Amino acid sequence: MKGILGRKLGMTQVFGDDGVVTPVTIVEAGPCYITQKKTMELDGYHAIQLGFFEVNDKALGQPKRKHLAKSGSPMLRYLRELSVGNSDDYELGQKIEASVFENGDLVDVTATSKGKGFAGGVKRHNFKGGPKTHGQSDRHRAPGSVGAGSTPGRIFKGTRMAGRMGGERVTVQNLRITLVDAKKNLIAIKGAVPGAKNGLLMIREAVKTKRPSGDK
Amino acid sequence: MAHAVDLIQAVDYQSMEKLADKNRPNVHAGDTVKVHVRIVEGKRERIQVFQGVVIALRGGQGINKTFTVRRIASHGIGVERSFLFFSPRVEKIVVVRHARVRRAKLYYLRERSGKSARLKEQRIS
Repeated sequence: MKGILGRKLGMTQVFGDDGVVTPVTIVEAGPCYITQKKTMELDGYHAIQLGFFEVNDKALGQPKRKHLAKSGSPMLRYLRELSVGNSDDYELGQKIEASVFENGDLVDVTATSKGKGFAGGVKRHNFKGGPKTHGQSDRHRAPGSVGAGSTPGRIFKGTRMAGRMGGERVTVQNLRITLVDAKKNLIAIKGAVPGAKNGLLMIREAVKTKRPSGDK
Repeated sequence: MAHAVDLIQAVDYQSMEKLADKNRPNVHAGDTVKVHVRIVEGKRERIQVFQGVVIALRGGQGINKTFTVRRIASHGIGVERSFLFFSPRVEKIVVVRHARVRRAKLYYLRERSGKSARLKEQRIS
């Protein structure tokens, strides 16, 4: 599976030759380094560990520094595992750059969504809220009924209510890559991706695509 | 690592460079402009000119920059149209006249008509 780690830079738009505007998210993807290989013999499955975001070695603790030294990689802030068919196809310390993807590839993007704090039912679960008019007071964004009366006499577990929203791992599937700048390691992805600016993104080949990548 | 904004600008400039040959003029609020818009009807393509006063610009220096042109059509009906400054569909922008204005957004023109909607011309050599 193709994949890379990146940093969300922000959004802009790109003009097509016919004047159609496409909203895109710009991602600084790579350079990533392979910092560890998971093998069938040792770990029971195949995967590679990717490292991203070079930092000063003072920013990392000794365990991480020693771990990175084993693969000869620079000091990297983020380490994430990527499932691959056979990890023997990769080498420790190998550099992975934005050029693993091409224009038109479909990808899944995984990241931690922006924290929304304590959010009500309307925002958190798309409840409709109450009527806006006809003498309503204090019902505009109320969640409505949360259960029946003395039977069952309690509220079922898992009933959707207000609470903490966001700040969780989110994957958006089947986003199209519209531009790859191999020199600057920049990728433009059509549409929005989860997370805040400067947040870590994991970009992987799309799992559910029906059409082969690149075919429009 | 480079700053995020700089890297986004790098992508914006790529799109802007494509338009470099079109040589967009400096447009300010209060300018009277002729906007040559490319219109696609089925397979035919033609250029339509929209002339009016620029009443607002937004989007700063980026590729997302837009400007709003207000024109008085027949029967004194005001028509406003917003254009993307760098859109390939905008073939050409010609500044016909500059005017001295004291604000960046000329929305007050919407409430005015006739003589009170005039702007004082400013000649720039």
